[in-house]
Amino acid sequence: MQSMKKQTKKEKKENQTFKEFDLIILKTATNYLIPLLLMASIFVMLRGHNLSGGGFVGGLIASIAFVLHSFAHSTKKTLSLFKTSPKFLIPIGLSISFLSAFLPVLKGKPFFTSLWSSKPVAVIGSVGTASFFDLGVYLVVLGVTLTILLSIKENV
Amino acid sequence: MVSIVVVVFVISFLILMSGKTILPKFYKLFSLIPFTLFFYFLYYLSQVHSEGEIILKHQWIPLLGIDLNFRLDGLSLLFSLLISGIGTLIYFYASDYLKHSVYINRFFCYLGMFMGSMLGLVLSDNLISIFVFWELTSLSSFFLIGFNNEEEDSRISAKRAFLVTGLGGFFMLAGFMLLANISGTFSIHEMMNSSEFIQQHAYFLPILILIFLGAFTKSAQFPFHFWLPSAMAAPTPVSAYLHSATMVKAGIYILARFWPLLNDGLYWNQILMWVGGITMIYGAFHSIFRVDIKAILAYTTISALGIIVFLLGIGTELAVYAAVTFVLIHALYKAALFLTAGIIQHAVHLRDISKIAGLWKYMPVVAIASLIAALSGAGIPLTFGFIGKDLIYETTLQLPKWALLFTGLAVATNALVGAAGFLAGIKPFLGKLPTYEKPVEVPNLVLWLPLLILSSLCILFGVFPGIADRNLLSFAFDAVYQGETEIYLKVWHGFNQVLVLSLITIGLTLVLFVFNRYYRKILNQVEELENFSPQHILESAAYAVQRFGFIYTRLLHNGYLRNYVLVIIVFITALVGYRFFTSIPFALEMKSINHFKFHELTLFLLILTAIIFVLRTNSKLIAVASLGVIGFAMCLIFVLYGAPDLAMTQFSIDILTVVLFVLVLYKLPHFLTIKNKKVIGRDALVSVCFGGLIMLIAMESLLFPADKTLSRFYAENTYVLAKGKNVVNVILVDFRGFDTMIESIVLTIAALGVFGLLKYNAINEEAD
Repeated sequence: MQSMKKQTKKEKKENQTFKEFDLIILKTATNYLIPLLLMASIFVMLRGHNLSGGGFVGGLIASIAFVLHSFAHSTKKTLSLFKTSPKFLIPIGLSISFLSAFLPVLKGKPFFTSLWSSKPVAVIGSVGTASFFDLGVYLVVLGVTLTILLSIKENV
Repeated sequence: MVSIVVVVFVISFLILMSGKTILPKFYKLFSLIPFTLFFYFLYYLSQVHSEGEIILKHQWIPLLGIDLNFRLDGLSLLFSLLISGIGTLIYFYASDYLKHSVYINRFFCYLGMFMGSMLGLVLSDNLISIFVFWELTSLSSFFLIGFNNEEEDSRISAKRAFLVTGLGGFFMLAGFMLLANISGTFSIHEMMNSSEFIQQHAYFLPILILIFLGAFTKSAQFPFHFWLPSAMAAPTPVSAYLHSATMVKAGIYILARFWPLLNDGLYWNQILMWVGGITMIYGAFHSIFRVDIKAILAYTTISALGIIVFLLGIGTELAVYAAVTFVLIHALYKAALFLTAGIIQHAVHLRDISKIAGLWKYMPVVAIASLIAALSGAGIPLTFGFIGKDLIYETTLQLPKWALLFTGLAVATNALVGAAGFLAGIKPFLGKLPTYEKPVEVPNLVLWLPLLILSSLCILFGVFPGIADRNLLSFAFDAVYQGETEIYLKVWHGFNQVLVLSLITIGLTLVLFVFNRYYRKILNQVEELENFSPQHILESAAYAVQRFGFIYTRLLHNGYLRNYVLVIIVFITALVGYRFFTSIPFALEMKSINHFKFHELTLFLLILTAIIFVLRTNSKLIAVASLGVIGFAMCLIFVLYGAPDLAMTQFSIDILTVVLFVLVLYKLPHFLTIKNKKVIGRDALVSVCFGGLIMLIAMESLLFPADKTLSRFYAENTYVLAKGKNVVNVILVDFRGFDTMIESIVLTIAALGVFGLLKYNAINEEAD
C-alpha cells in the first residue's frame, strides 16, 4: 500500500514538472507579448480621441495582457504583479473619471464641460479633461475585467 | 458657498484615504473644519440682518432647470450655525471618544460627509439639490449608525434607519416632482409667488401628503418613529449629533421651509397638529419606562420633534416663533445630555440607569453641566428651556378649539420629558457609588469641555434670551412666517395662566422623578405593546415581500440559463412582433439584396457553418470555438461596414469571452445532448421566429430613410465643440459622458457582484 502511495506521489510530481515544461513556449512568448500588448493598449487609449480606439478597448486589451500572463504562469503570480489587487483599480478609475468631470465646476462651468489645454503636449497631443475621463474608463474596465476573470479562475 | 460644501466632502475623503497615517491624537485638529464653517456663517449674520436673504447662484444642469443655487436666510442660517457649531463640539468630543477605534479615519469621513450633506440640504434652494443632499444625509447616517459593523444590532439599526428615511425620501421626491410640474420651476423661492395657485390646485393634497411622508420619516414622527430609538446603536457622539441638531431636524427644516408655501390653513394644520400631538405624547410616555440612558434620550427626542411639528401645524405667529425657538433649545440641551451619556458610558461601561449612581464624586463638572442641561430640558426657570415651554403654553392656550385638550397634552408631555431628562441627566450622579468591576475612568478635558459649552449656552440664553432672539431667532422666524413680528423672548411673563401651568409641570416632573423606581417596574407590560407597533407591522410587511420574492424567483428564475434565455426571447419576439405587425405597413424591398459581394457571401457561409457546428457537436470545446468564430465573423462585418471602433471592442470582448468559457469549461455540467423531439421543435420555432422578426425589421428599416439630424449634429460638432475627430469616442467621453460614467458604475457593481458571489462560495466551501 505504502509503496503505491509513494508511487502516485512521485507520478504527481513528475506530472507537475511536466506541466511546467509544457508551457515554456507560451511563457517565453508571453514575456515579449505583455509589454507589447500593454503599450498597444495605452496607444489605443490615447489615439481614441481622433482615431478609432478609446479607453474601453484599451482597458480590454490591457486585461487580455494580464489574462495571458495568468495562463502562462499562474493566477497568484499575476495577482502579485499588482501592489494590492486589481480590484483597487476600479475605485481609482471611477475617481479619476469623476474628478475630470468635476474639474470644470471648480472653474465655474457646468459639470462635464470639457476643458482642453491650449498647447499640445509632446507625444500625446492635446490633453483635456476628456482624456482623463478616458483614462478613468480604461482603469475601470481593466479592474472590472481582471476582478471577474481572475476570481473565476481562482475558484475553478 | 458651493465650494465650501464641496471642500467638506473632499476633506472627508482625504481623511478616509489617509488610513492610519494620521495619529489619533491629531484628529482633534479636524474640529477646526466645522469651527471655521461656524465663523464663516457668523460672518454672514450681519448681511442677513440687513438684506433678509442672500442668494448665491451656481449653474448645475441649466437645461433641466436644476441648479446649485444656495439661499441663506434666517432659517438656513439658524440650521447652518447649529450644524457647524454643534458639529465642532462633536468633532472635538469624538476625537477622544473614539481614540482607541481602529477605524477612526472612516468615522471622521462619514461624519464629514454627513455634515456636508446637512449643510447642502439647508442651504439649497432647488428641489432637486435638496433631494440629493437629503438622500446623502440618509446614506451617510447609514454609515454612522452602522459604524460598529461587527455587531448585528448595529447593522440592523443602520439598515432600518436607511430604509425608513430612504423610503420617505422617495415619497418626497414624488411630491417635489408634482410641485415642480404645477409651478413650473424647481426653485423654492420662485415658487413662493405662486403659493395660492398651488394651494388651489387639484394635486395640492397629494403633494402635501408626499412631502409630509418624507419629513415624517426623517423626523421620526409617529408611526415612523421606530428607527430613531434603534439608531442609538451608533457611537454616542453620532447620536448626539444626529438626534439633536441634524438628521432628525432635516424633516423639521423641510416643514419650516415649505411653511409659507404650503400652509393652506386647513390640511396643513390638521395633519401636522394631530401627527405632532400624537408623537409628542407617545415619545414622552415611552421615555420614562426605559432603563438605557440613550433609549430614554431617544424617546424624548421623538417627543421633542413631535412638539416642533405640532407647533408648526398650529401655524399662528406665536406658534411659529415657539417652534423656531424650540429647535435651538432642544439642540442645545439634547446634545449636552447625549454627551453626558457618552461620558458615563466611557467611565463605567454601562448605560443602565438602575445600575449607575454616585458619579458626582468622580466628575463634578460633568454633573453640574448635565444638571443644567436636564433642567433646561424640564423647563426650570432661568434656563433656556423655561422660555420655550412658556411659549408653547401661550400658544396652546390661544387655540380656537381643542385648547384645553392640547394644553393638557403639552403639560403632560413636558412633565414626562422633564422627568425622563432628570433620569438620564441627574440620576446617575446621585446616591451612593456601587462597586463596579472596573475602576471608574475620569473623563478628560476633551470630553467634558463640549458639554460645558453647551450647558453654559443653556444658561446664557435662559438669562439673556435677547442674545439668541435679536441676533438669530427673529430672522429665522421672518424666513418662515414671511413678516416682521412684535414677539420677543422674555424671562418673566408676570403672574398669569402660563406661570401656573409651568409650576404644575415642574411639580409633576419632580413627582415623576422622585417616584421613578415604582413605575419603571412595569416596563415589561409596555414592551408587550410592541407587537402592535408600526415597527412590527412594517417588518412583517417586509418579510411578506421577501416571501413573495422567493416564490416569484422559484417560478421564473429556476437556475437554468436556457429557460431564462427562452423566456426573454419569447417575450421580446411577442412584444416587438406585436408592435411591428400592427403599426407599420408591411412592405419588402428585394432590390438591395441582390448586390451580394463575394467577401460578404464568404462571411455569411462562415457564420452559417459555425452555427451548424455549434448545433451538431458533442464537445463543449468545439461549441465554444465555433461561437468564437461567429464572434470574429461579426467583427469582420463591423469592419466592412465602417465601424472600426465597434469591431475593435467586439474583437477584444470575444477573446475574453472565449477565455472565460475555457476557464469554466470543465466546471460546467455534463454536455447535454437533447434527443427530445418536442424540445428541439420548440427551440427551433422560437429561434426561427426571433431571427425572422429581426430580419424583417432590418429589411423594413431600409425602406424608411433614417433621420440624419442627430448624426449630422455629431459629425459637425465633434471637432468644433469637443476637439476630437473620432465621433464615436467623442460621444462616449464628451457628449454623453454621463452615460459612460454611469455605465462604469454599473460595471463596478457587476464586478463586485461576481467577486462577492465567488468569495462567498469559496468561504462556504471552506466551512464545509
